[in-house]
Amino acid sequence: MTHHIQLPLTKEAAKSLKSGDAVYLTGTVYTARDAAHKRFVQLLQEGGEMPIEMDGAVIYYVGPTPPKPGQIIGSAGPTTSSRMDVYAPELIRCGLRGMIGKGKRTSEVVEAMKESGAIYFGAIGGAGALLAECIKSSEVVAFEDLGTEAVRKLEVERFPAVVLIDASGRDLYHDGREDYLTNGK
Amino acid sequence: MRIIKSQKITEAVARLCIRANCRLSQDVKDCIQACHAGETWPIAKDTLGKIIENYELAARANVPVCQDTGVACVFLEIGEDVHISGRIADAVDEGVRRGYGEGYLRKSVVSEPLFERINTKDNTPAFLYTEYVPGDQVTVTVAPKGFGSENESKLKMLLPSDGIDGVIKFVVESVAGSGPNPCPPVLVGVGLGGTFDKAALLAKKALLRPAGQPNADPRYAQLETELLEKINALGIGPQGYGGRATALAVAIEYTATHIAGLPCAINLNCHVARHASEVI
Repeated sequence: MTHHIQLPLTKEAAKSLKSGDAVYLTGTVYTARDAAHKRFVQLLQEGGEMPIEMDGAVIYYVGPTPPKPGQIIGSAGPTTSSRMDVYAPELIRCGLRGMIGKGKRTSEVVEAMKESGAIYFGAIGGAGALLAECIKSSEVVAFEDLGTEAVRKLEVERFPAVVLIDASGRDLYHDGREDYLTNGK
Repeated sequence: MRIIKSQKITEAVARLCIRANCRLSQDVKDCIQACHAGETWPIAKDTLGKIIENYELAARANVPVCQDTGVACVFLEIGEDVHISGRIADAVDEGVRRGYGEGYLRKSVVSEPLFERINTKDNTPAFLYTEYVPGDQVTVTVAPKGFGSENESKLKMLLPSDGIDGVIKFVVESVAGSGPNPCPPVLVGVGLGGTFDKAALLAKKALLRPAGQPNADPRYAQLETELLEKINALGIGPQGYGGRATALAVAIEYTATHIAGLPCAINLNCHVARHASEVI
């Protein structure tokens, strides 16, 4: 099934998504990698103010290349999500409703997703040039000193992704492989 | 004795950093297209189609195929009848600095791995390997290496009694265990023999061989084919969404080793398998 989803991600929209669904995302996403996640969690633990609106937020795990003159952003494909796994559950409990990345997640992340109704989206790893075409604006909103790892607010249009893990915990990496081995070979 | 100014090395490295990152080489494109043509599972075919669309777009716009423009692995094959004037390592680093700067490539190197992890901001140092070969030319190869796939690489000191079956088991189980993380379809570089360090370097060098070109030794070529078939029966598929194309190719490099050992290293490369060379 293919969905066109408006971001920030509402609880209802998140609920309607099933592992394996194709989606086109339109709206606001924030970029963050390991270093920014570490700071987010430090801020939460110290009771500081988060630099982004967390309720319904979607975070894209990406460190783009520098933009060439005239470009909005450089190549911008997903990085491996597992490096964010130690931080993600706390952010999910604070309202984070979507993550865009690639690769496996830990059971702690999946449990937090199930409790809060969050979604893990997959973008094609290595398709940095193609995915950058869907990014219509980019602005650094926090941790500028982190360079490529700074937090950017992106406006995306028809950003192609698949639902890797849905809010019930179903995982395309498991089910897609099983389905292929049973029905595809 | 031919004299080559180190500046020539710098210029070649700078050009190759940009070319390798923005244009996939024909061998890799041929492998991806063959996988796309042979794939019947819809989500896998669609994913490979987007991967092709992406590298074509990158080449047209001269932008990086992938945002992880990697660490710069640089291989110099230096002719024994050549003298390079100036410091070679400095010349290579200067080439990386220029290439990653002028090419708007991402700077992804930290100067020290554990405590501060401060970005060097120019993607230096390069990881440089030099080798002496007959002749009076220098072949410069730049292979930018992303860490989604590098982090899934493995080395095991197998024992002689583990034999062919032990190698197959280790390679197939390693690729199976890495699942979607190294961005399949992957290139699988296998280094056999030598010492702990030599096996790892051979695995990396195996990734420099034109993708899909078999080992010159028919026994190793046969093993490459067998490994590829077993890996592509795992069902992981492009990006791990399910499908046939888990690997594009398997390349084995081997060398002599100790009577008591069978070192086996596996270096994975994502489908954005980058290598570019120039001869000076």
